Amino acid sequence: MTASVPIIEMKGISISFPGVKALDNVDFTLYPGEVHTLMGENGAGKSTLIKALTGVYAIDEGEIRVLGETRRLSGTADAQDAGISTVYQEVNLCSNLSIGENVMLGHETRGPFGINWKATHAAASEALQKLGLGHLDPRLPLSTLSLAVQQLVAISRSMVTKSKVLILDEPTSSLDAVEVEQLFRVMRNLRDQGVAILFVSHFLDQVYAISDRLTVLRNGQFVGEYMTAELDRSALISKMIGKDIASLRSLDSERARKDHPHDEAPVYAATGLSRRGSVEETDLQLHAGEVVGFAGLLGSGRTELARLIYGADKPDTGSVAMRGETVDVKNPAIALSKRIAFSSENRRDEGIIRDLSVRENLILGVQAKRGWARPLPRKEVEAIVSKYLVELGVRPADPDRPIRNLSGGNQQKVLLGRWLATKPEVLILDEPTRGIDVGAKADIQEQVAALADEGVAVVFISSELDEVVRLSDRIVVMKDHRKIAEIVNGPDVTAESIVTTIAEEGVTADSTPQGAHS
Amino acid sequence: MSTTTATPELKTEKSGNDVFRWLKLHIELLPTIAAVVIFVAMIAYGQIAYGGILQANTVSNLLINNAHLIILAVGLTFVILTGGIDLSVGAVIAFTSVLGVILMNQGWNPWLALGLMIVIGAAFGAVSGILIQYFNVQPFIATLAMMFLARGLASMLSTVPERLADDSPFLVLAENFKIIDGPKVNDLIITPGVIIAIIVVVAGFFVLHRTRLGRTVYAIGGSEQSAKLMGLPVAKTKLAIYIISGTLAGVASAIYTARLGSAQNITGIGWELDAIAATVIGGTLLTGGAGFVLGSVVGALVLGLMNVLITRDGGIPPEATTIITGGILLVFVLLQRGVLAKKRE
Repeated sequence: MTASVPIIEMKGISISFPGVKALDNVDFTLYPGEVHTLMGENGAGKSTLIKALTGVYAIDEGEIRVLGETRRLSGTADAQDAGISTVYQEVNLCSNLSIGENVMLGHETRGPFGINWKATHAAASEALQKLGLGHLDPRLPLSTLSLAVQQLVAISRSMVTKSKVLILDEPTSSLDAVEVEQLFRVMRNLRDQGVAILFVSHFLDQVYAISDRLTVLRNGQFVGEYMTAELDRSALISKMIGKDIASLRSLDSERARKDHPHDEAPVYAATGLSRRGSVEETDLQLHAGEVVGFAGLLGSGRTELARLIYGADKPDTGSVAMRGETVDVKNPAIALSKRIAFSSENRRDEGIIRDLSVRENLILGVQAKRGWARPLPRKEVEAIVSKYLVELGVRPADPDRPIRNLSGGNQQKVLLGRWLATKPEVLILDEPTRGIDVGAKADIQEQVAALADEGVAVVFISSELDEVVRLSDRIVVMKDHRKIAEIVNGPDVTAESIVTTIAEEGVTADSTPQGAHS
Repeated sequence: MSTTTATPELKTEKSGNDVFRWLKLHIELLPTIAAVVIFVAMIAYGQIAYGGILQANTVSNLLINNAHLIILAVGLTFVILTGGIDLSVGAVIAFTSVLGVILMNQGWNPWLALGLMIVIGAAFGAVSGILIQYFNVQPFIATLAMMFLARGLASMLSTVPERLADDSPFLVLAENFKIIDGPKVNDLIITPGVIIAIIVVVAGFFVLHRTRLGRTVYAIGGSEQSAKLMGLPVAKTKLAIYIISGTLAGVASAIYTARLGSAQNITGIGWELDAIAATVIGGTLLTGGAGFVLGSVVGALVLGLMNVLITRDGGIPPEATTIITGGILLVFVLLQRGVLAKKRE
């Protein structure tokens, strides 16, 4: 492999967006006939790198070479001309058109009377044939196909342009196991024909099953390039989250395990909760006075599970009982009335209302629970506002200030106050400490512990494993949209042991994909 | 007894299933088929209730009186297929028509004036397209602005009817050519305007179904994001469709002006909405991505025939025309909703 000439070389790529450096001096090299996986958590810069390569984003610094020649691609069409095809996570085809047309759009066979549909459909059939889809009638509407087959149809577009590079940006996220295997067969087939494949996936098992090499990114920075066979899963995860294994080991559980009288009915109990494409069937119990941490990589399904609990997404299956009584939490309004509150990880878009004051943001939860037809009396508003501003230590403690002028940490405190004011029995905090300063972080962690002591069932979600370990009584470990383990916290539980759990899950039980590859 | 009757019943059920399956695969054709059915039903009803619908002169008049609407509907089909809208065409007709007549009366060569009318139409479309594509203005707002601009310019030129000289060669566009000389006045008549309308329809059909530009129009309507990511020339195409719509407004203006022999600044008020109604009745989804030029022609003819029937009936006040148009439109939009909901399943 090293003997061959790289088809794509990206050197020292930097891209800045207002206020954030999305890519910082990143290198990436792709050889013909290999599957090269780009690894990193959400926001690590994977998609940005792909968009830089295809010219959707302009690069600030660095150099892109295609077959040894320096190129600046100016967009998808230009990239296609250079032999680079991209298939995205969401199927980007036109469902109003036929299968054949979707394959051939922009490359239709033309004759003296315009497009020759017969020849075009024949060419489409030929392209589909190469992916083992010869049985499809190209004249049928695309909408008759399953999502997985549509994804393969999208790939067959690259057959038409005879692409040498195929970029697959999380193509498997909405496919089931059989469909993934079908996709992988196609990928191996293409690789053997000399196509260079750039693959992005959150699923570790898939990455190990299909890829020859890995490039790891973290926070927009290049971590390293490795042969898949030479990097074990724990090492890969620690490179992705940026803590070496030794330092993970040194962190110990700080929260003394408390004895919970689990014989009483849980505040919240879900059985078989699932939603296609986001969470597989999961059982979950939350007890009063308990902090349950959700651990897992970004994209492992922890936020998705939280959204199902709150009814922000409607579950496909499963039943929920609160204090033994069956409830149907199908939307957030019902969740609120059942005293479940959810603070989103997306503070800016799903949390604060930027242009409203601190006071208005604080009372939003209580007001929503009361219903908009019954405004909160002024006195009650002031009582809530003064209580939480002091209790949570919001600075500046000025209720009239627009919330956008507060720091991230203080905005987060206001959000916490918003949900506390609804007097929740179940409080879900998704990444409450992300991107805030150390002081505010400590304040919020303290509040979480205090809330549990008051009898609230708290779900605490964080990317920082040590934080989860420190705060939680019980840890639900998520991976690939599944709950893979539930760990009762104790002295032997560390961030490292959770990483090991994530890395080793599935390897021993299901070793076929790996074996098939090597 | 039961065995003998069961067999034919089974058979009909099966063939019914085949039709149902075909319809399910071509469900986007349903509104267009419905428009054709309604059109045929209106002809049948008119023929039975009032008589004289299925005869040469009625058909000729229907085509002659609606040639401009058919042309506008073809232009709007392009626009609506991408999910856009063009509200400026009626006002563009007023402006180009008034300007054309004034120039011709001042001694301009009528064919030069005709060319200018079409170029101005195209220019209005180009401005709309640039606003929409490069300045990210909503199509509704961009073309609304163009509508006010064109209407205002028409009123600046003149606020009274401008008559075209009776001997102007321009009027040849509306000259009657007898194809079949029937008894009394029952002749099949055609005008150059009708022929132009037919050419526009055929050309529109060809472009939409047999060129990459046309297929890109459908792709944009299906999903603009996908079309971009597939590397299709989205920006160029969107610009092109507004230019096409504007150009056809100029053509429609020439044909209407020649037929009337005069122009006025208040001509064409609401015609954009008639053309949109014709397009929608003909089966083009307002959200874009599905529809046919021929459907829009049927839609325009449905509207035209409705006026004929109302005149024939005599009992229906002409003021009720818009109510009936609105009713038909509502039914068709609801039908489209149903089709879309079915498709999502």
